[in-house]
Amino acid sequence: MAELNMVQALNTALHELFATDPRVLLMGEDVGKNGGVFRVSEGLFDQFGGTRVIDTPLAESGIIGTAIGLAVGGMRPIAEIQFMGFLYPGLDQLFSHAGRLRTRSLERVTVPLVVRMPYGGGIRAPEQHADSAEAYLTHTPGLKVVVPSTPYDAKGLLYAAVEDPDPVIFLEPIRMYRLGRMAVPEGRFTVPIGQARIAREGQDLTLIAWGAMTHLALTVAEDFAARGISIEVLDMRTLAPLDREAIGRSVAKTGRCVILHEAPRTGGLAGEITALIMETAFWSLKAPVSRVTGFDVPYPAYAWEDFYMPNAERLTKAIEDTVKD
Amino acid sequence: MEAWPIYRVMGEEANAPNEVSDDLALRIYKDMVLLRTFDEKTLNLQRQGRVGTFAPSLGQEATEIGSAYALAKQDWLVPSYRDHGALYVHGVPFENVILFAMGRAGSLAGDVRALPSSIPIATHLPHAVGLALAMQLQKEQSIAIAYFGDGGTSEGDFHEALNFAGVFKAPVIFLCQNNGWAISVPVSRQTGSSTLAQKAVAYGISGIRVDGNDALAVYQAVKQARQRALSGGGATLIEALTYRIGPHTTADDPTRYRSPEDLVPWKGEQDPITRLGRYLEKQGVLADSDLDQLRQEARDWINQAVEATEALPPANAAEMFEHVYAVMPPRLAQQLAELEGGADAWQS
Repeated sequence: MAELNMVQALNTALHELFATDPRVLLMGEDVGKNGGVFRVSEGLFDQFGGTRVIDTPLAESGIIGTAIGLAVGGMRPIAEIQFMGFLYPGLDQLFSHAGRLRTRSLERVTVPLVVRMPYGGGIRAPEQHADSAEAYLTHTPGLKVVVPSTPYDAKGLLYAAVEDPDPVIFLEPIRMYRLGRMAVPEGRFTVPIGQARIAREGQDLTLIAWGAMTHLALTVAEDFAARGISIEVLDMRTLAPLDREAIGRSVAKTGRCVILHEAPRTGGLAGEITALIMETAFWSLKAPVSRVTGFDVPYPAYAWEDFYMPNAERLTKAIEDTVKD
Repeated sequence: MEAWPIYRVMGEEANAPNEVSDDLALRIYKDMVLLRTFDEKTLNLQRQGRVGTFAPSLGQEATEIGSAYALAKQDWLVPSYRDHGALYVHGVPFENVILFAMGRAGSLAGDVRALPSSIPIATHLPHAVGLALAMQLQKEQSIAIAYFGDGGTSEGDFHEALNFAGVFKAPVIFLCQNNGWAISVPVSRQTGSSTLAQKAVAYGISGIRVDGNDALAVYQAVKQARQRALSGGGATLIEALTYRIGPHTTADDPTRYRSPEDLVPWKGEQDPITRLGRYLEKQGVLADSDLDQLRQEARDWINQAVEATEALPPANAAEMFEHVYAVMPPRLAQQLAELEGGADAWQS
């Protein structure tokens, strides 16, 4: 089985999907000859041509709006937004239309659309290239939001997203694109949308993360294991709909929970997950639920990035505070 | 000659030959009368509290009906909120429009190729481009047409859609109903251009101005744009010059921003029903007395539709949750159970 990084896993999935389903299209800025700014679509243009691998004008609302029309009209478009920080002109299309057309038409019109984009920080990118804006999307009814943290999940979730009958936002953690390889099966397989993954089993505390933060969570969990504290790491993988069962089950078992995300704190998903824990596992809690997040400041220029990003030190302190009694 | 002449088929200023048979013109006329009657009736129902906010198309019947008659069943109609007339011609029954005005979903019906009416302004134009490209990719002999107003031309999505259509040679028609007003704001506040049609030039697509109260001219302009789209000639922006003689919606009071005298020509010589009626009388296929009879038939028919709609069972809570996703996720099932009193939030 091939050992692939996340970019290669996504690229392989795209090649396979294009070869097996003629309805699948990729559209966005620089996705054609250039193969995408992160090379996720490398080779696709040469193999499948410009009518299916479509370089578009620079207009995010136009890209997503046109993709909505293509999806309603029987195609399976995958729209790429170059960076999540540039998604905002396209939010209107997602909020006003993609998430509502099934409901508004009583299912006479459906939108099997995937919108892919790199997101998140930690790579010294220029300003506005490192946003984690997932909470705007998870707040929007009618959308699904997925975030792989491994090459295997990236491929399996992309298959699931393209095959899904509803609009799926596919967030690709930039920092994980080329960080580490793993065995990824050839051919079709899916990772079900809506199911979290226990990335590490543990008994004393549940650490909830997604995307690049999953790897920070695993590293810190390893440190605590050496200190005799057993941490369970839950990689959410899908942010909408959240896997409430998995959260409840894990926290009911451990009685303690720390939630980790890059996005700003206020209105971030850690708040929603905390509320779900109140609903599902309150009587099992042995300590207050805690969160380690980005701060409520605009994502900074990279000289300040290390202050902004949750790191091992902040996470370690939060875990120590949570397990102290 | 003017750079952007107004395409006309009827009347003394006609500058294009008539290609519409009397039989077809009569059918268009009857549906225009039906639409006018429907709008008047629904305005009354709103005043009686039987339907909610409603956007009538009074004065715009020639553009609504004439344009839709030029489409084929396989074409995609991408409407705005004032386009129930075009939707009706394309196959959506007025019952569904009444449902929509009663605050219910379900403005579409059967297998009619249409999207639900877009409420935000001009954000539906890219959908028409995407639908047109989907038809082209699947080698279907069909186009997409988007309906919007003069105010819509100020939105970014108007420009993005026309730009995409130009780049990809999409078989799409952008039908702009320039009715003079975006609620209270006149078209002079939407653009510094002398016409809206000329905006087509910048995007490399065709543009035409048409007399939007000349049903036959609208029909022919859309027919030609459709032919151009199907033969690989790309997109067309049609600026149909018309006038909204009613309020923006039932929530609007037009006396705050325009005088009753402004309406005189549009309700008189320029009225699209009067104009087509005179033409048909001259052709000898319509008598003066026919209009009253047509309106009475329309009223009876619409009354039946209203009664049938009002007799439908009331909205139920489950419907609100059932159509959000193809498969209802557990969180929605839980919220529905909570609404129906069956679940204890923190124990389920």
